[in-house]
Amino acid sequence: MFGPLPWMAAGLLGLGALARVALDHGEPINALWLVVASLGCFLASYRFYARFIGARVMGLDGARPTPAMRRPDGLDYVATDRNVLFGHHFAAIAGAGPLVGPVLAAQMGYLPGSLWIIFGVVLAGAVQDFLVLCISMRRDGKSLGEIIRVEMGEVAGGIALLGTFMIMVIILAVLALIVVKALAESPWGMFTVAATVPLALAMGVYSRWIRPGRVGEVSLLGLVGLLAALVFGQDVAQSAFWGPLFTYTPIQICWILIVYGAVASLLPVWLLLAPRDYLSTFLKIGTIIALAIGILIMAPALKMPALTQFVNGGGPVWSGGLFPFLFITIACGAVSGFHALIASGTTPKLIASEADAPFIGYGAMLAEAFVAIMALVGASIIEPGIYFTMNSPAALIGTTPESASAAVSAMGFAITPEAIVQLTKDIGEHTILSRTGGAPTLAVAMAQIFSHVVGGAAMKAFWYHFAILFEALFILTAVDAGTRAGRFMVQDLLARAVPGFARIGGMAQGLIGTAICVAAWGFFLHQGVTDPLGGVNTLWPVFGISNQMLAATALMLATAVLFRMKRQRYAWVSVLPTVWLLICTLSAGWLKLFSDDPKVGFLSHAAKFSQAAAQGKVLAPAKSMAQMERIIFNDRVDAVLCGFFMVVVLAVLVAAVRTCLVALRSDAPSVREVMA
Amino acid sequence: MSGFLRRLIGALVGMPDYDAYLAHIRAHHPDRAPMTRQEFFRNRQEARYGKGGGGKCC
Repeated sequence: MFGPLPWMAAGLLGLGALARVALDHGEPINALWLVVASLGCFLASYRFYARFIGARVMGLDGARPTPAMRRPDGLDYVATDRNVLFGHHFAAIAGAGPLVGPVLAAQMGYLPGSLWIIFGVVLAGAVQDFLVLCISMRRDGKSLGEIIRVEMGEVAGGIALLGTFMIMVIILAVLALIVVKALAESPWGMFTVAATVPLALAMGVYSRWIRPGRVGEVSLLGLVGLLAALVFGQDVAQSAFWGPLFTYTPIQICWILIVYGAVASLLPVWLLLAPRDYLSTFLKIGTIIALAIGILIMAPALKMPALTQFVNGGGPVWSGGLFPFLFITIACGAVSGFHALIASGTTPKLIASEADAPFIGYGAMLAEAFVAIMALVGASIIEPGIYFTMNSPAALIGTTPESASAAVSAMGFAITPEAIVQLTKDIGEHTILSRTGGAPTLAVAMAQIFSHVVGGAAMKAFWYHFAILFEALFILTAVDAGTRAGRFMVQDLLARAVPGFARIGGMAQGLIGTAICVAAWGFFLHQGVTDPLGGVNTLWPVFGISNQMLAATALMLATAVLFRMKRQRYAWVSVLPTVWLLICTLSAGWLKLFSDDPKVGFLSHAAKFSQAAAQGKVLAPAKSMAQMERIIFNDRVDAVLCGFFMVVVLAVLVAAVRTCLVALRSDAPSVREVMA
Repeated sequence: MSGFLRRLIGALVGMPDYDAYLAHIRAHHPDRAPMTRQEFFRNRQEARYGKGGGGKCC
């Protein structure tokens, strides 16, 4: 389509806008500069880099049959229109990650995060998604784990599978933690999210028996119910009787989620899981589009500085300096290893032509990066004083508007207690202090943008709770779908490892698998919820490290495949991002383990507490010796987990290097592609 | 509803098009009885959320 010239112009425009964003620190700049910068860079990289990777590196051939052409069955293998498939793939990869990471990263200013998102996605994230899609597409849509086994050996495959399960556990815990932080002490939010359960059940019954298969129709009905719950929720929250019934502490919500995850994993999928998925997917896509339109109409100014003093570490939202921690804080949006599982899942079986692969693989990831840019814009258009009031733990800013105002103003971000109280009222909440986890911050930003376009200040509370519902709903869908998937992984692992497990009944297997899976993520969730520093500070880096390590694993596989194809002269395309991700994740992992700073290093934190405990002292935030023991134990578990991820990625690295060396000595290609 | 929009809505939640399935079975396996719309819907739901499913991201 068109010639190369318009695309080059877009790229130049993008780079120009990026220079404007990066170089002008005098006065607040408009968010649209950031939008133009990212869109321009994305368009040019799609036209030139993705095309280069497709044509030269992978040697894509539009005439070569795809899995959907070779073995169509109308079910799993269906040649699908490229625009429809783009929607399918985007809906599967875009989750809460690209919304939360950039909000957390905004503590260093908007510039580091936006540069990492733009350059990260162009050179690493989109490359990974695209290469894995191509590799799986040439192997009948085999999964990442299977391909690693075939191309790099049994051991590497087994290690990667175990690593994937642990990453899943951490993802579920950290996502659930974000929901806890968003819904705690918020009866309006809690009511609307709770209302989605009976709504989903009704939708399930409707689509099971009344009008089977009418997905669009039942979802429309569900969305009407959802909006009704949202409107009605305000009255519920203000009612003297119902309000307290929907007001829960974080620890109560933690237990509710654990029980919910277990139940949802055992119920028939048509009853709860599938209808919730429909609701949350359409709400997610619709809201993302609305947010883009809202930002264009409002054209807000970025109030956050380009860089804050926290680039050198010491920030209240999460600990550690820009390198390496920024690059693991923004995982999804720049590069996300989890996408390798999607790109080797349903999408390669649906692709109609190899020529569509750049649009689907590279293009959909660019779209996700744009979502991440929007989240960063959101976090940067609210008053920095509000941002730090919402995202600093109570241990730092206290629990009253006055103490928070004093503490945050002392950081250099002036905010009055009145401004804090006013915003709390405007959005219809009890408190905005220490609402960590990113979701409430983004909801405040979305409320600003949406109320600017529709409804004005009077609608702010409605839009805030709409945004919370939007985030909580699709996070919860990921939690229950993930628990179910994790449960089957556990069952598979047990069936292999424990003789006799396969013989017990299906129900018992399901119960045991679910119990283990829920206990695993529930442990980390509980730890995060009770963590006085907010939990996000501990869990998000572990999640970021593991997700980026999965990305490194996928890129190492891609490198090995390129060597085995005898196309090693192009291997820099995957080697470059691999090396960067290994440097970031291994040094971040090393610091999380061994840093002397107890705020960063798990082991030094444990040492600090065990020394105090040995002297019989109780350190804040612990209130008893038992809590001291608990903190020390949690630190050590986190350290072991972090070390485990590092060992996994190093083992895959060794396997990848060996595979490449063997392939170099061979005269002919040795890849195991399905031949046309 | 146009065919494109219907297929897009289905694809967003991993539900393939029933008409395309029917056409495929009739063209390639005329000896087989195709699933009804209801059976097809249930079959695809199980496939998406059942064992090996969970095609969702963080």
